Amino acid sequence: MNTAFDTHVRLRDDVAIMDLIGEINSGAGDRLEAAYSEVKRDDKPVVLLNFKGVDYINSSGIALIVTLLARARNDDRAVLSCNLSDHYKEIFAITRVTDFMTVYPDESAALAGSRPDEASQRR
Amino acid sequence: MTRWARKRPTRAHHGRAAKAEDQDGGSFVTVTDFDISPSDPLVAYVQSNSGAVRLSSLELDSPTVEALKGAGIELVIPLISHGDLVGLLNLGPHRSGREYSSDERKLLDDLVGYVGPAVRVAQLVRQQEEEMRTRGRLEQELRVAQLIQQQFLPKELPHLPGWDIAAFYRPAQAVGGDFYDFIELPDGKMGVVVGDVTDKGVPAALVMATTHSILRSDAPRLVTPSAVLERANDLLVSDIPAHMFVTCLYGVLDPANGTLTFANAGHNLPYLNTGDEAVEIRATGMPLGLMAGSRYEEREASVAPGQSLLLHSDGIAEAHNDDREMFGFPRLRSIVAGGLEGNELIDDILSELDQFTGAEWEQEDDITLVSLCRGAGGSAGFGSPPGEIEKSAPDGSHGQLPRDAVVLADFELESLPGNERAAMERVVEAVRELDLPSRQLDRIKTAVSEATMNAIEHGNENRPHLPVRVSVLSISDNELLVRVTDSGGDRPIPEAETPDIDAKLAGEQSPRGWGLFLIRNMVDDMRLSSEGTHHTIELAFNLRKGHGDEHRI
Repeated sequence: MNTAFDTHVRLRDDVAIMDLIGEINSGAGDRLEAAYSEVKRDDKPVVLLNFKGVDYINSSGIALIVTLLARARNDDRAVLSCNLSDHYKEIFAITRVTDFMTVYPDESAALAGSRPDEASQRR
Repeated sequence: MTRWARKRPTRAHHGRAAKAEDQDGGSFVTVTDFDISPSDPLVAYVQSNSGAVRLSSLELDSPTVEALKGAGIELVIPLISHGDLVGLLNLGPHRSGREYSSDERKLLDDLVGYVGPAVRVAQLVRQQEEEMRTRGRLEQELRVAQLIQQQFLPKELPHLPGWDIAAFYRPAQAVGGDFYDFIELPDGKMGVVVGDVTDKGVPAALVMATTHSILRSDAPRLVTPSAVLERANDLLVSDIPAHMFVTCLYGVLDPANGTLTFANAGHNLPYLNTGDEAVEIRATGMPLGLMAGSRYEEREASVAPGQSLLLHSDGIAEAHNDDREMFGFPRLRSIVAGGLEGNELIDDILSELDQFTGAEWEQEDDITLVSLCRGAGGSAGFGSPPGEIEKSAPDGSHGQLPRDAVVLADFELESLPGNERAAMERVVEAVRELDLPSRQLDRIKTAVSEATMNAIEHGNENRPHLPVRVSVLSISDNELLVRVTDSGGDRPIPEAETPDIDAKLAGEQSPRGWGLFLIRNMVDDMRLSSEGTHHTIELAFNLRKGHGDEHRI
């Protein structure tokens, strides 16, 4: 039923990829914050949120994503996303999260389009 | 080939004839789409004289003969099928320049014995194709008109404590322009509309939709029914097609004291059943769209506890039986005086109508009936359904049940973090049999989860022993209602701040606060209400299937 949240960070060139796993609810805050701190330590200009392993996001989870976006914005870091289901694409569009987080269909598309220049233009 | 208007009325049909030359420079003739009036003397002639006819030998005062000669026709051979003349084979001059020989004429006579039936078959096929095309077009138009009409009928009845409201609508085969509506107004009042557009089909449906929209937008803004109708008339009169107009009764009901303030644009007079008799309540005014600057008398009627009102369109009173007698207003009035109310009254009227018209009756016009009954106790307030939560509803569900509701699930959960997901999954299980599209199911899941989370966190303040109750109701296969009720006390529901992501990213607004915003965007309608120590959020989803012609809510 409920799937505990976890995330791992991988690095590809200038991109820190955060693989998100499980459900993003209020309980995901600590892990998300820790993972973002890791991204910050690695000092990559772009962070890619990979939603492939995410099966549920609620409004608390959206608040955590917004918090992450705010931190990235302060750090002048671009945020991309990939592997979102249609439903969560719709939710991110309704909430205007996608105004600040470019959505790609999958990881390779995101990496292909994630050169810092392009990414910062999108930001 | 000349086309023969065999079974048509005697009006003339126009034809075309043309001369041309072949590649060798020889003259030949084509004649196409050349219809002949059945009263033309040529018709009588060829029917009584079999075989090929030389036009030059004919001395008839026939427009057709003149036209054929003008087109260069020399020889006419009647085409016969089963004794009926179905066409004429027309030949121009012989290409050798000589007359047609007797052998050639005999060959033609033999030939037309086969051609006649073949032409008749072709004519029937073409006629059938034309009829199918026409029928298809009419059916398509009918579907469009029905679709428009259904879109503008109320999806559910208003819930007025102490009042029993019933409505019935059944379109005629050709779909007239009937409509009715209930409009929530300030101060707990309710606008009620019954109208009828002259004409039928798509044009009537479009005018109905326009009128409906005008009334909907103006009713809450303008204070008096007469002002609402005057405004609607002024807006309609400039654009409505010349032959069309709209009859419409608009009233404002104050459920607290039973006062109906109303104005009438030429619509049938409503009946007030006082308990002793049915009396017409009258206000005068021209139909909408007829005359610029029309003014509408405004009257007031009082519905005492135990009394009821019936609003109706002329599809009932003007129905005819086989003897062309009209059902009539006196008959309708006497049924109303019989003392039944609400759905029982509507059933009684329809039953009497069935008996009057007989089983084979084809309904002539739309039928609309709206019944407003004030309970013997009376009551107040235009409330949304959860506003009248009855803790001991007979079926065990919370809240007043809409008509035709089927309870798919009704359960309680402890106020523990994460139980919103349990609620979501149980609702998914409950609606599985509805076979909903995945997109709609995802929206339902998010809305239910968010509503339950609000109830746990804000309503019950995460106190596990306080339950969150969830009811799932299917309404006539058209609508799904999910009611989520907390037990958190009688605190008012706080006004939710509209989330603004720019402000959130700038740190001017908390990153949280998306719940209600998400719910609003996932549902087709949402209602919040409080009663005693309970807050209820009702989530409505339009399933948009199973729409029948008859609309009864």
